[in-house]
Formats: sequence, structure tokens, C-alpha cells
Amino acid sequence: MAEQIRIQTPFTEEMSRKLKAGDAVLISGEIIAARDAAHKAMTEALARGEKLPVDWQNQMVYYLGPTPAKPGDPIGSCGPTTSGRMDAYTPTMLEQGIKGMIGKGSRSKEVVESMKKNGVTYFAAVGGAAALIAKSVKKYEVLAYPELGPEAVARLTVEDFPAIVVIDCEGNNLYETNQAKYRTLKGY
Amino acid sequence: MREIDAKQITETVAQMCKEAAYYLPDDVYNAMKKARETETSPVGQNVLDQIIRNAEIAKAEDRPYCQDTGMTIVFLEVGQDLHITGGLLEDAVNAGISKGYTEGYLRKSVVGEPLFNRVNTKDNTPGVIYTKIVAGDKLKITVAPKGFGSENKSGIKMLVPADGVEGVKKAVMDIILHASMNPCPPMVVGVGIGGTMDRAALLSKLALTRSVDERNPMPEYAKLEGELLELINQTGIGPQLGGNTSALAVNVEWGPTHIAGLPVAVTICCHAMRHKQRVL
Repeated sequence: MAEQIRIQTPFTEEMSRKLKAGDAVLISGEIIAARDAAHKAMTEALARGEKLPVDWQNQMVYYLGPTPAKPGDPIGSCGPTTSGRMDAYTPTMLEQGIKGMIGKGSRSKEVVESMKKNGVTYFAAVGGAAALIAKSVKKYEVLAYPELGPEAVARLTVEDFPAIVVIDCEGNNLYETNQAKYRTLKGY
Repeated sequence: MREIDAKQITETVAQMCKEAAYYLPDDVYNAMKKARETETSPVGQNVLDQIIRNAEIAKAEDRPYCQDTGMTIVFLEVGQDLHITGGLLEDAVNAGISKGYTEGYLRKSVVGEPLFNRVNTKDNTPGVIYTKIVAGDKLKITVAPKGFGSENKSGIKMLVPADGVEGVKKAVMDIILHASMNPCPPMVVGVGIGGTMDRAALLSKLALTRSVDERNPMPEYAKLEGELLELINQTGIGPQLGGNTSALAVNVEWGPTHIAGLPVAVTICCHAMRHKQRVL
């Protein structure tokens, strides 16, 4: 593994545009958790002309629904969920100023186009490494939609949260290049 | 006739839900350690290191291995000479799921109705419960929580007899290639062949309750398992970010089918291949 790049949030477009697919990063500062139900609620609120409960300017969104915290812990297990389920809402959300997305798995063509336009970086955290990732989360505060339980929008304070740039602002895609590199399959 | 109190079933299921969420089975853990030795992709090695470390932390600290603690699938084998007292069997199992997910700080991930309201039931019930009546006076319980990152990438194909072995391989590979890196590989792949559409799907789930080290007892199917595993590991999907370890095992189960049919169902499981079994 190459050297890890340290990132302190807020995460600006300028910071985002410096990163390249394949870069390993350690993120510190605040990131905001939101997943399926919250994305639906927020895009519906925007369609009604309402203001969102969170200012997304220069924020990183983390696609996450954690397990409940055990007493004395800031958060439960908290690995990434599949980003692709948020694709339908993502171009609208990126217009709100989000500059980084953390999740796992592929993104749609529309999302990548919107990333290029808005200077947004997509990071992958290791899917299923949820107890390990919890070690880098210091604080968890629900910001909106508490009724959604694990799907509430929440602010996470993180220290050295490990992630890898999989799609950069120019649309370079580590998933595609690395899969092609190790693919020996013939005829399927 | 032997009697068993519904409360005992509830307590047992509650405990099993917690254990399944915290403790990755040894066979899966060992398979990942072995894969770490053979993985050639540096980023793949790094991902495997993190997943192995994650299993160790979850086990040492009684924490959920993955935040998606799943929809709870429960297979029951009820001896026909066993009498359950003090309540209904399914109620006892669901009470156990509710207790285990609440006490164990597991995520409640079930909505009561799928399309219009999608309101969380707040205790992970109901489970998906399959009951089979068998000989004897025992109750065998298998708890297999299933995460939906991988479940969403599972699929079924209704082949015809002329498609044969090659058709089965192609159907499985189509589903795997479409799933790609999304279901949190390294995967464990359950394949159900035969039956009806629903039976094939169930067989593919049952296949995932078998150890990753245990091959199908029928040599032809054991060979098919090996060939499919090799093909899947040639896709380059690897441990999420590219490499040679796309899957740890392919488990195939089969059942009798119709003269006109060859159903093939594939349940993809992530590396969190969780299941617990107990006999009461």
C-alpha cells in the first residue's frame, strides 16, 4: 500500500480535485451519515422547496446505518452500505454542496457525470469491516429524522477513518482498472 | 411425548442471534486467512487484513461483525414426537429475535410492509422462518442472519434441461458478474439447482448453512462447486478492490425437478457468512 494521505474536514472542492483514484486516505473531522430513507426524505423536501435540515456545503456524506451503541461507546458497528442505492438521489444531493461520498460498490453514469461537474470524490471504506471502522469514530450525534432509527441523519466525529479513492473528480475508476488487471476469465 | 417450553426456544434463539452477529464461524475465518496467503493484489491483501482484524475485534469485544445484522432467517427441524407448550412456535422464535436484537445491540433492519409505508418494526421481527417436520423428539434450530448488500445481488434463472451443466455455469456467472464488487466480497456463493422456482431459492439459502470446507457428497456436484469457484476467482473482482479472492467457496444443493425444468438460484453471501445451529 502506498502512503496514506491525511484529510481534515471540511472537505473543499480544491482538496477533492487533488485526489486520484487509488489514493489511500485517513479522514479526520466531521462527516455526515445518511442512507436510503434519509436521501428519499431530503430529495422530497427539496422538491417541495423546503430547506434541508443539514447544510451540506463542503461536507462528506457517509452511507451508513450503524448498530446501536453499547453503553459507554460513541457508536456501534459502522461499516459502509451499498452506495448504488443512493444513485437516484445523488445528483440532486451533490448540487447541495457535498464534495465527498464514502460508501462501497459501483456508481451510475449519472452520478459520475455529476461528480465531474461538481468536483466530488467517491471513497470506499471496506465493506463489512464494521467493528474495526468503529474504532475511528469518536462521537455520534443525530442531526435529523430521529424517527428513522438507524437511518437517521447523524454527525460522526472521526479520527483517521481509513478509506480509498475509487472514483476521482475526473471519473477515473479504481474498481474498473483493478478488476481488469486481475481478470483472467475467458468466455463468460 | 417429550415437551419443551416455548420460553426455552425464545431464550435459545435470542442467544443464537447475538452469537451469530458477533462470532464469524471458524471455517470462514480460516478460509480468509488462507486466502490472504494466496492473494496477489496489494490492495486486496490490505482489504483481507482489515476484514480478518475486524473478525478478531468483533469476537474479542462481543460486537457485531457487520452493522447490517441482517434479516433473520431461521430454519427449524421439529421432531414430530415433540410437543411445544406455553405458546406458539413461530411466536417463540420471533420473541427470541426481538430479545436477541434488543439485548445484543444489533441493528433493527426490518420494515413491516415493503412498498408503500416501509415503517421499521423496531425489533427486527418478523424473521423468515422455515419449518420442517422430521422424525424424533428434538428441535434443531439454525439461525442465519442475512445482510442485504449481498441479498440484493442474488438471483434466479429458470433454465431448460437442454441448457445442461454449461447453462448452469453461465447462469451462475451472469449473476456473479452482475453483482461484481457490490456484495462485499470475498463472497460465499450458495447455489440451488432443481425443484420449483421457490424451492431452488430455498436450496440456495440452505447451501449457505453448510461449512465452506464441506463439499457436496455427490462427486459431480462437488466438481461443479470447484469449477464455479475457480471461474469466480478469475473475474478479478477480488476482495472488493480487485484481486484473486472473489469467493471463498461455492456450495451447491440440488433437489428433484420437473421433466421440463432446470431452475438455478444463486444466493450471494458477503464475507459475513453468519450462522449458528443448536439442538434442543
